[in-house]
Formats: sequence, structure tokens, C-alpha cells
Amino acid sequence: MERYDLAIIGAGPAGLAAACAAYENGARKIVVIERDREAGGILNQCIHNGFGLHHFKEELTGPEYAQRFIRMVKETDINLLLDTMVLKVTQDKKLHIMNPQDGYKIVSAETVILAMGCRERTRGAIGIPGTRPAGVFTAGAAQRYVNIEGYMVGKRVVILGSGDIGLIMARRMTLEGAKVLACIELMPYSNGLSRNIVQCLDDYGIPLFLSHTITEIKGKNRVEGVCVQKVDKLGKPIPGTEINFDCDTVLLSVGLIPENELTRETGIEIDHRTRGPVVFENMETSVPGIFACGNVAHVHDLVDYVTAEGFRAGAAAARFCQNQIPAYDSKRVTTFKCGDNVSYAFPQHIRPEGINKYAELFFRVKRPVINAVIELKSGNEVLCSYKRNHMAPGEMEKIIIPKEALETADGLLTISVAGE
Amino acid sequence: MKRLICILCPKGCHLEIDEKQGYKVSGNGCPRGEQYGKREVIAPVRTLTSTVKVVDALHSRCPVKTDSAIPRKLILKAMRLLDNVQLQAPVHCGDIVIENVFDSGANIIATRDLDKVS
Repeated sequence: MERYDLAIIGAGPAGLAAACAAYENGARKIVVIERDREAGGILNQCIHNGFGLHHFKEELTGPEYAQRFIRMVKETDINLLLDTMVLKVTQDKKLHIMNPQDGYKIVSAETVILAMGCRERTRGAIGIPGTRPAGVFTAGAAQRYVNIEGYMVGKRVVILGSGDIGLIMARRMTLEGAKVLACIELMPYSNGLSRNIVQCLDDYGIPLFLSHTITEIKGKNRVEGVCVQKVDKLGKPIPGTEINFDCDTVLLSVGLIPENELTRETGIEIDHRTRGPVVFENMETSVPGIFACGNVAHVHDLVDYVTAEGFRAGAAAARFCQNQIPAYDSKRVTTFKCGDNVSYAFPQHIRPEGINKYAELFFRVKRPVINAVIELKSGNEVLCSYKRNHMAPGEMEKIIIPKEALETADGLLTISVAGE
Repeated sequence: MKRLICILCPKGCHLEIDEKQGYKVSGNGCPRGEQYGKREVIAPVRTLTSTVKVVDALHSRCPVKTDSAIPRKLILKAMRLLDNVQLQAPVHCGDIVIENVFDSGANIIATRDLDKVS
């Protein structure tokens, strides 16, 4: 049986960063397993720019960002196994894999990094009423058709959901000659980055309908139109507010879900809020030696943060291979609870032995807020507080927690956000 | 007074630009925001990203971009120009696809490597 120090599942930005960091930190026998025919993951179809401002301090397109990491990996003797599917990972770190060359085989690794990314919610997941004609795509699938395969998916388009992929596709379809009639958002605010609303919708005069949703898709063979209605505070369509759009295509940008079938089958604990594995400060999951990073752990809005997480996981896996893991005291683990207006906090647990002076905690708010005050409490005592001008669910926030604050807490900290 | 959201980075600062005071910018979190605010009110520019046809490669499209921002009003014209471009693999990231597009000073360049496949 082939043996590796580290097996990484997924050669997207998380997996590639993890591979680089593990190599730099001394892990040697590394394999990155990718089901696609090339490395780079979703970045390959994200041809727009805006990637890398934090990490490379310059503005790159998705393929350029991926290319840099692919080159770094290729300069090492990291084994990049393409066109290969991982079917199963066991707790003793045997990977059942399959590809056209080797058929079915089992490889073993000392550590595993899960970097499978996420996938899009589909029409089925949100249950839009109506007929079931051709012409309903997830925005990411349409992006792949247009940007990689070279197929145009429609001429008159309505986009449901104003997440970043939906906004980017509104512009992309317009540039390629389609008419984007509207972008429809159920919530009273957009989940996309402000910059994308400006340069993808406003630049092209595409209207954004907030607090609206598609209540019917019409058409027999191909989409012939959609009915859009305003919704009340509970998200229920308001009768009499129907607007009909004559379109041939509906693109759905209605959220991403971490892809954790393998994780679940391995028996790794999953957080129902992030829908990813519960991890510690070094990205280790509930199974020692198995780590997770990137969108498989929680959905990010910036690839730069995915890279940073990949680095953390890769470095930790390398230390694990070299038996440099500190002796953790299970009584000193800090767990985070979500208080007011916080939808999730990440990582779920922090062990003081695993950090130097500070720990980073990522989280999202449930509702947009201005003049926000973020509080970290142990019981009723406020340990730290932070201020932000604007916060929105579409923008992941980060706070830095001093180690002393974690040590004074008795295991459970609540994070909450107040503001206008 | 014009209100804009800065689009230079994902932070999205809320800018206020005062046309009457020589396009004085406030609300910016960095110097780039000041520059953006002024330019956005006077003559907006954008980086164009798109794809062109490529043959003998793993995929049938090659991603491209303008290597600097071009006036916003040239974007759709530049798109039509790309319709007639066909690249031959191998393509290297940074290869110039169209030089000095509409005399804007910007080149359209490939944004990935694509090896030749038979």
C-alpha cells in the first residue's frame, strides 16, 4: 500500500495552500488528490478580478491566483493526482480512491487535510414552484459553461439571489450579449460584496429587487418566463405584487453548502451552523490528524482567507507528522457560543496551547448593522469588545482575542453584536 | 456631494465626494480610495475580464483581462473586439492577446497557461 505523510483532498485554493505550507514546514511525502482534470478548483472559472488583494497585495483574476499556487506546488515533489475521486476516508486515515489509470485502490496517510470546497444550492433545495423546463441553472454551473466550455446559456436572464456569484454572472452574461432583466433578492439587503453590486449591477443598469422572490417558473420545454413577488417580513409572498418577466433563463445564486459527504462518513463531528466539520484553532477536526480548511469548513467570501486557512492546516499537519503536537489539556478548551446577531463563529474551539499571544476568531452577523459593537463575554463579564462601522452577513468578520482573555474564561465564551 | 461605495477592494468604504470643493473625498480607508473617488466621478475606469476562443487546449476558452483599467465606455466595444480572436495553444499567462486596445494604453493579456493537447 502506498504511504504518505499527508494526503490532501481537493486541489482548489485551500488544498494547494495547505500543500505548500505542509511542504515548507517539513512534510515530504505529500499527495494532493483532485477529481477534476486540472488543479485550481473553482478559481479556474472565476475569470473576474479582485482576488489576492490581501495575500499578494495585488488584484488578480481567479485563474492567475490559482496559477501561482499551481506553480509553487509543481516546483516541489508534491504528487498532484488529477482525475481521481476519493470515495472514502477512514479514521485510521486510509483513503479509498479511484481513477481511470489505477482503478480502485487504497492509500494510507499519516495525516489528511479535507479541502473539498462547497457546492451550490439548487432549485430543489429552495423549492421554486412552477414547471420544470430547461434553462434553470445554478450561477456557478452557468459560469463554467460560459467561461470554460464556451457555451452561452441564454439570452434573457433573471437572476435569483444576489450573492457574489449571481452578481458576477449578471455582468458576465451582459458582456456576452444577454439581457439581464433583474436580480431578485429575498432578503431586504444583498449578501454580495458592495463592490460587486456597484460594478456588476449599477454599471449595467440591472435592477436589484430586494425583498422579492420568484414564485413561479413558467415554460414547457424551455423557460418562458417567471413571476416575481414582493415578500413580507417573514419571507411570505404578498398577493397583488406580481411582476412577470419574459425570460428564457433563470440563474440561481442562493447559497453554498460545504461538501462534507466524506467528512460525515468518516464520523467527524459536524457543526450544524457552518455545515462543516467542527475544528480547533489549528484546523484539526474531531479526529486527531485529520484537518479541514477552506469552503469545506465554512463558506468564505474571499479566497485570501481560504489560502490563510490552508496555510494553517498545512503547517499543523506537518507538525503532526513530525510529532510536534503540544500536549493539549482537554479542560482548557474554549468553545464559542453565538449570541445576538451572530450566525456562526469559527473555529469552534480554541486550545490555549495551540496559539501564541492571540487567537483569530471569524464570524458572520445575521443582519446588517452599522456602528456595531462586538462583545465577547464569559457569563455576564465582557472580556473584549470591538467596534465596526458596517457589518453585513455577506462579509465575514475577524476579531483578535488575546490569549489572557481565553485563559480567564471558563471554557465558554459568547460572541454577540449590537448596533443600529 | 456624490456618495459612492469604493470598489477597489472588498472592504467597500462609503465615500463622499464634494464636487464643489475640488472633488474632495471623505470616508476613504486608504489613499487609493481617494484616487478612486475622484476618478469615479470625473471619468470612471474598469478592468475588463472575459474569455477568447482557444484551439488545441484542454478547454475551448482562454480567460483574458486588460492589464490596466480602461474607460468604462470602452468596455462593450472591447468585448466585440474579442469575438474575433482565436488563440492557438500553448498559451502562457501574461501573453498579449491585443496590444494597446483602442489606444487606451492597456493590453489585453491571457490570464492562465493552457498547454497544447492533441
